[in-house]
Order: sequence, then C-alpha cells, then structure tokens
Amino acid sequence: MDLYSLTLADVAKKIKAKEVSIKEVLDDIYSRIDTVEPKVEAYITLTKEKAYERAQVLQQKLDNGEDIGPLGGVPIAIKDNISTEGVLTTCASKMLENYTPIYNATVINKLEEAGAIVIGKTNMDEFAMGSSTETSKQKETKNPWDLDRVPGGSSGGSAAAVSAQMAYASLGSDTGGSIRQPASYCSVVGLKPTYGLISRFGLIAFASSLDQIGPFARTVEDAALMLNAIAGHDEKDTTSANLEEKDYTKALVNDIKGKVVGIPTDFIREGISPDVKEAYDKAIETLKGLGAEIKEISLEYAKYSLATYYIIATAEASSNLGRYDGIRYGYRAKDFKDLDDLYRKTRTEGFGSEVKRRIMLGTYVLSSGYYDAYYKRAQQVRTLIVNNFRKAFEECDVIMIPTAPKVAFKFGAHDASPLEMYLEDIYTVPVNIAGLPGISIPGGFGENNMPIGIQFIANAFDEMNLLQVAYTFEQNTPYHNEVPTMRGGNN
Amino acid sequence: MKDYEVIIGLEVHAELSTNTKMYCNCSTEFGADPNTHCCPICTGMPGVLPVLNKKVVEYATKAGLATNCEISRFSKQDRKNYFYPDLPKAYQTSQYDLPLCIGGHLDINVNGEQKRIGITRIHIEEDAGKLIHDAYTGDTLVDMNRCAVPLIEIVSEPDIRSADEAVAYMQTLKSILEYLDVCDCKMQEGSLRCDVNLSVRPRGQKEFGTRTETKNLNSFKAIHNSIEFEIKRQIEEVENGGKIYQETRRWDDAKGIGYAMRTKEDAHDYRYFPEPDLAPIVLSEEYIQNLKDNLPEMPHIKKERYMKDFDLPEYDADILTSSIKTAKFFEEANDICNNPKAVSNWIMGDFTRMLNEKEIEIDESKVTAQNLAELISLIDKGTISSKIAKQVFEDMFETGENAKDIVEKKGLVQMSDEGAIKEIVQKVVDANPQSIADYKAGKDRAIGFLVGQIMKETKGKANPQIVNKLLLEIINK
Amino acid sequence: MSISKDEVKHIANLSKLNLTDEELEKYTNELSDIVDMANELSNIDVEGVKPTAHILDIQNVFREDIQQPSYDRELILKNAPSKDAGCVSVPKVVE
Repeated sequence: MDLYSLTLADVAKKIKAKEVSIKEVLDDIYSRIDTVEPKVEAYITLTKEKAYERAQVLQQKLDNGEDIGPLGGVPIAIKDNISTEGVLTTCASKMLENYTPIYNATVINKLEEAGAIVIGKTNMDEFAMGSSTETSKQKETKNPWDLDRVPGGSSGGSAAAVSAQMAYASLGSDTGGSIRQPASYCSVVGLKPTYGLISRFGLIAFASSLDQIGPFARTVEDAALMLNAIAGHDEKDTTSANLEEKDYTKALVNDIKGKVVGIPTDFIREGISPDVKEAYDKAIETLKGLGAEIKEISLEYAKYSLATYYIIATAEASSNLGRYDGIRYGYRAKDFKDLDDLYRKTRTEGFGSEVKRRIMLGTYVLSSGYYDAYYKRAQQVRTLIVNNFRKAFEECDVIMIPTAPKVAFKFGAHDASPLEMYLEDIYTVPVNIAGLPGISIPGGFGENNMPIGIQFIANAFDEMNLLQVAYTFEQNTPYHNEVPTMRGGNN
Repeated sequence: MKDYEVIIGLEVHAELSTNTKMYCNCSTEFGADPNTHCCPICTGMPGVLPVLNKKVVEYATKAGLATNCEISRFSKQDRKNYFYPDLPKAYQTSQYDLPLCIGGHLDINVNGEQKRIGITRIHIEEDAGKLIHDAYTGDTLVDMNRCAVPLIEIVSEPDIRSADEAVAYMQTLKSILEYLDVCDCKMQEGSLRCDVNLSVRPRGQKEFGTRTETKNLNSFKAIHNSIEFEIKRQIEEVENGGKIYQETRRWDDAKGIGYAMRTKEDAHDYRYFPEPDLAPIVLSEEYIQNLKDNLPEMPHIKKERYMKDFDLPEYDADILTSSIKTAKFFEEANDICNNPKAVSNWIMGDFTRMLNEKEIEIDESKVTAQNLAELISLIDKGTISSKIAKQVFEDMFETGENAKDIVEKKGLVQMSDEGAIKEIVQKVVDANPQSIADYKAGKDRAIGFLVGQIMKETKGKANPQIVNKLLLEIINK
Repeated sequence: MSISKDEVKHIANLSKLNLTDEELEKYTNELSDIVDMANELSNIDVEGVKPTAHILDIQNVFREDIQQPSYDRELILKNAPSKDAGCVSVPKVVE
C-alpha cells in the first residue's frame, strides 16, 4: 500500500511506531506530488528543503525517545494566504508575487508545535476572493475528480491537494464558504470552526469579521486531529475566544441516537439542482436510520445572507487591501510620474478584476452617504440572521443543509456573470454571517459522477456535536472511501 | 474696515507617554534610528492584528476626567481610510462616533480674566510615521518608528477668539497633561501639537465664515503667529471682496507665512467603519471612579494651596504651578530649606531667566532642588551674602556643583567676624577723610561709597549688615 | 442602472484604481447587478435592531504596556521595493 493514501491518523501512528521514517513519508508524498501535481496544479510553492530539514530534526527527537506531537512528522499543506516565515506567501496575486513574510501565523507555530511538517503552499482565488480558484494569478488548479472542472474556492488548492492525496491534510480559510465549498467539490472533509476558535494572526485578511482558518482532511477523525492542533486562544488576536481547550477526538463517537437535526426547508428551496437535492434527501434518510430526530426549522432571514455578506465582506476587504500600495512590500509598478501615479498603477496592475470589483463595491457601500443604507443595514440584518440561528439551536443540535447547490462546474462557466458565481455560496455564507462552525463531508455523487458535499452546522463553539454527527454520518456512508479518478484535462 | 470676530477651535494631538505603541510591543521612545522601533504589526504587514494597549485607555480617561469630560461607558474604535506613505495600513485606527470622552471644558486666564473653553471630545488614535525629504535623491523617505504611537486628540469647541486665548488654552492643556503624567508635552519633538480651525465674520453676523485648518503647529510661538497671520489674511481677503476656501494649510515658522496645501480636502471620503479587529471599550463606574479618586492635584487647586499654605502672592503661585516640573522643584526645595518665598524668588528670577537663555526646562538643569535649597540655607544662616549667592548660583548652573563646595573652593564664606571687619572699616575710613567730611556735611551718599570700598577690600565677603553697623559706629564716634 | 458611471469613477478614484472606458462600462454593469442584490435588504424592517460589528460578544481586550524587542531593520525593510538610508523610499511627497 502506498503511504500517501493513508489517513493522517494512520501515518502519524506508523511514524510513531517507527514502521516508517519521516523521511520515507516525505519522499513518498513528494513523489506523489511529482506524479499528480502536473495534472492538478494545487501548489504555488513547495517547501522541500525546509521540510526535509524539519524531518531530520523531528526524526532525531523521535529516535531520542521524545514525543514529537500528535501530528509528528505528518506532511501538511498550507493555503497561500497564511503567513509562513521565510516562505513566499502570494495570496495567488501578482500584488504579492514576491512577498516573503518575516513572521509566522499563529496556526503555523501551532501546527509545528504539534509536529506537523509544512510541505508547500497551495493555490487559491486571489486574496481568497472567488468560488473556483480561477481568480488565481499563479496557477489553474483542477478538480481531481474531473480535470475540466474547478476545484471550488477560494481554498481550491488546499482541497485539491488533500483530495488528490498530495497532502495528508491542509489548512484553508473560509470567509463565505471557502473551505466547505471546495471540500464539497473535491469530496474531502472541510471544517470551518466557530469564529474566534482559531487565531487569525498571520492570516492575510480578506474580511476580518468573517474570516476563519480551518482544516481540510480525508476523514472527520483527521479533521479533529488538525483542529486539536490549531484551536486555542491567542493573545495576538483580539477576536480570539478565551475558552478552555478541548480534545476534539473525544467527539469521534459513532452514535447520533436522539440527536436532533434541523432541516431549514424554507431556505433550501431555490437554486438547488436535482442531484444535490437527491443526495440531501438521502442524507436525511441516513440520519433517520441512525436514530437521529429530523426536525423542520425556519431560517427566514438566511436568504438575505448573500446580500449581507457581499456588503460586509467587501467593505472590510476594501479597507484591508488598502495596504497593497507598492511601498513597503509586494508589487510596485515600473513607470510612474508621481506618488499618486505609483499608487494607481501599482494597484491597477497588481490586482485582478475580481479583487478590484470587490474593493470598489466595498468602497461604495462605505462611502459618504451610503454607509447607513448598506453597511449599517447589513450589520443589522446580520443581527437578525444570528438571532435566527440562535433560535434554531434551541430546537436542534445541528442543522443539515447541502454545502453547495450544484456540483463543481467547468472552467469559465461563470465568466460572464460574477453574480451567478456568488450564488454558489448561498448555503455556506449564512454560517460565516452568524460566526458558527460548519463542516462539509462527502455526501454522495451526482451529475457526471461529481462529488456532493453535505454540510452540518452547529451552535457557536459546539464543534463537539458538529464532529460527532459528521463522524457518525461518515462512518455509516461509503462516499469518503472513493478516490478521485483525475479524468479529463485533455482540452 | 469693519469690526471682525475671530472664531477658533483647536484640535490638539498629544502623544501618550506609554512604554509601548498602541497595538504592539514596540518602544515609543523618540529619536531612535529610522525604522528600528518597528515590527510587522506597526508597519502593517499582511496578516497582522492589533491588540490595544491597556495604558492608552487609562491615560485617555485621565485626560478626560481632568478636563471635566463625560467618560463614555461604551466606546469603540473605527478605521479612517486614506492613502498616504506615512500610514502603512492605509487606514488610521481612530474613534468616530463613540469617542472615549465627550463634553468637557477648561478654564483659561488671559490678561487676568478667566474664560471657559468647551471641549467637544477626546478620542484615542494612532500616530502616523515620519516623512523625511531626501535632498540628494529628491525622494521622500519613510520612517515608521512613530507609526502607531498612541495619541489622544482633544477637540475644542469654537470658543476661542484670539491668538492669546489659543496660546493660553494650549498652555493650560499642556500643564494639565504634564500634571497627569500622560504626555511628555515636548512640543519641539512633536509629542504635543495642534491644528487650528479658524474663521472670521463681521461682528454681529450670525453664521460662521468659511474656516481653514492650519495643521501641525508645534510651538506656542507658531500657534500665536500663525493665528495672527491667518486672521489678517482672511480679513483682508473678505475686505477685498475675495473668497475664503475651506482648505488645509501649513505654517512656515521660519518665514512666518502660512500657505494652502496642494492636496484637496474635499477629495477625501474617509469611509469610517467600526474596526472589526478590535473590541469595544466598556468602562465600569468603578474603573472611572478609581481613576478619578487617584487623579493628582490639578494646577488650579495647587495654586490655591500655595497661596494659602506658603503665603505666596497669586502671581508667584500661578507661575510656580503652571508646570508640574516647576511645582515639583519648588516643593522639593522648600521641603529641605523651609523658605517658600526665597525658593519662589529664586525660581522666578535668575533661574528662569537662565533656563530660558539655554532653552531648557527646569528638570533638565544641572541645578537640583536640593542644590537650590542648600544655597538658600547658606544665605539664611549668614554663611554667604545674597550678592555672593547670585555668583554661586551661576557656577551651580554651569557646573552642577553644590553650593557649599563652590563657596568653600572659592573662599566665598561671608566675613562676620566683627574684629576683622572693624580693622578694614577703620582702614577705609582712614584712607577717605574727604568722604567722612562729606557725610558729616549731610551728604548721605558718601556712606554708599565707603561701603563699596569696604566690600571691595573684602572681595564682597563682608556681612553687609555688620559693615553698615561698624561704619556708622566709627564715623559717629 | 442602480449605480452610475460617475459613481464608479468616484469609487475607483477613492480605491486608487484606474479604469479604461471599457472597464468602466463593464464594472458599472456588474456593480449595478450586485448593488441590486444588496438592495434586497432595504425591504427588511430593521427598526431598532442593533448592528452586529462583532460576532463574539467581546469587550476590553487589552495588552499590558510591556516593551519587547522590535524587529531588525533589515527584516522590516526586506520586502520593500525601494529603500534608502534605512527607510522605505517613495516618490517625492508634495504637500
């Protein structure tokens, strides 16, 4: 059996038991990357040299009888908007094509404390703005299930790398669905934790009040192990929650008898394709069969999430992306006649069209005379959506909805209309608006045998319930055992 | 020419004297090499997040309490978005609609009259970096040491009517901030500076004229002169049928002229919105009360006490308490020598003159409070004369040596030995028969001449009272 | 069009972005579509609803005023496209 096809949990055990050396694990994963990467193009940067150096240090520790941590020696991939000291961090943008952070994101330090080895930085939509990874200025990442289709986004590279078995797990970031939607498209587990559970320090900001880092993994167990490593309070992040640390592997109990699963029928009506609907209905039956109680709930304001999201996220982004001005780091235009010209040319040449669109929209909703009508109103609607969920969780333990209304689309399908692309996020965005934890797990296959994800949502900081339900569903369904075929890609 | 009324409001920026910056652990120290007090956070690198310095809230609250403001129980920070090379994040974290302090006032004294100036608000915000013009390349260099040094902005009501009032307001504010020890108020280093909003209108007119804003004035002289300049300019403009434009202006202190900046203010749209990376500031009654209870004695209270406890004239008390450094120096010296009037006279007289000449502050002088107290004790004990003391003080000021050592080293101890003085008096009397004759003929001035001769003989060391007594005894014998 | 070309020009200016005529046309259309969607919210009764700026109910998150070493200047300036005399260098700032 190839090492790369093991789960994170299994490979960590083998390393610890010295059945394999860390170097062998690295050799194997990089050789897998050599084979598959030309087709999938999930990575922007590979960090081979640093990875082997770390492998050596960790192996020595292990050989000395020291504990190398729960992720000891396991190769992990990182989305290219998470700061890695001394390693290029581009956000898949021309703007940061030559930017090397001088500090590590807190999650990187935490992963390394847990013994993980960073093997590379993955492709994404430029500045995490997109739902297909097509807005990347670095690579075109393909969906491992059909190379003619997008992997989803914005964390498309991280999803594809795990799906194509080029990493045991990876980190992504989720502002409006950027972990869960590509997880769904690529048939892996994607977890977006509660806002505040994971430090954002070092995550290159898109929308500060919505962004959250989370793991991609092949199984729910692996996702729980990753969550254990990265969760926890960080003094460097004002919005990081100061809570007692938990062992999320304790949630891995194959039992949901008596759990109440909420089904927001009023919300899942529009835009859903028949194959996703079929998989979703089947999931409901599965849960019923496992002894869960299915309860219809109402999320009357959820349908306004998308509008709310595009106002809040773009407003914050327009401010967060002001710092890319060609002065302290990143791209600087070559010819300019004065300072203003430098700003304009740098930003005009350095940002892609989706990023510009969002910066302008965000600038618009914050500009003089429009603040109350858009930004303030969106924050008020946000309150209504939060209250909706709060009320729902008085009646149920978790909510189940599809992750995306359709399976992965073909490259260029939404080029004509950005708004259509935005609609792909309809089921993921409410979770960010309400700051809740959500997970997408493999939930079947639909049109053209493309994967379909099922999303569970739990109350804030109730990752335990979330993982338990997801784990039970996973253990009682076959979908996660399927591996991608990497078909297509000839045109 | 019509009679014009001048309307002035001040926006004062005071850098808080915290150890570290507003949102990171870098030092706030002034004068370091460029870009050596910097980290990813204060230079706005991608991915960084701010965490507010606790002391910033404490210091700003104190400033609010000392200026009679209402302290907000709930306030928040907002982003003010604009592009400028000294602003690494392209937004300044400030406070927009919910500042920390609102609605206070200050009482100022101008030409013996008290006037109350309203304070609209005090909010916390971060400072920007420093731009240095590179004469060699013609480029501008950015030093980010000052980026995110914490500031409070104190916004006055448009209650000020003249340059003198503006200066008095600024002096009063400076004195209070120094008393609170929340700002070092070194105007020449820019840690206390102000923007002047000014308009004029014919007296009797209800609506305000168009105002201009002259930015970044960092000395009392610059505030005074720029206001005088701008008043004159605006009145002349109006008189000549011209128009006042709402504009941002600069003051060239060396040339003594103000000029409009080229950047257009009306192009700005700061797009304020609540800073999502920072939490609201919620202050409890207990927190506020505790700060209130522990505020130091404020200048006007101290002044009253000096008049009462030390029996000092109002004028003295006013000057001594106008700066906490002077007041501290006074109290420390007086504690040792217990002669408030003498300490006061010294501080207000020669000492202040010499400090002004050197352009230093009292705490930067080589003369310590203990030194001055010892000098005064030497006079009080009759060891030296007041005249010699002046000479000793000059040495103390130059060298920092203590009075006793100077007196000893230079042999300046006052002669009080009557026998020895009598000998010299006799000698001078014998040598000046004409003066004796003049004196006896009723010319009192002759005594002065004789005393002068005696002092000359003793190199000024003879105790003047004894000299006078013995001289009269001998002449009248 | 719920947003005019002039408005798009204005926000492009505020954002320090240059637009070609073609782009102006394109963005005006696209932004109008998105603003139309955003206008859905105007139908909701939000009277008296408190805006949510922070999803977590946080307040008073402070740091102690304790100094720590800064970074080496070399690192601070490492990514700067143009630097001189220990500073980041920009075209002359005209006031």
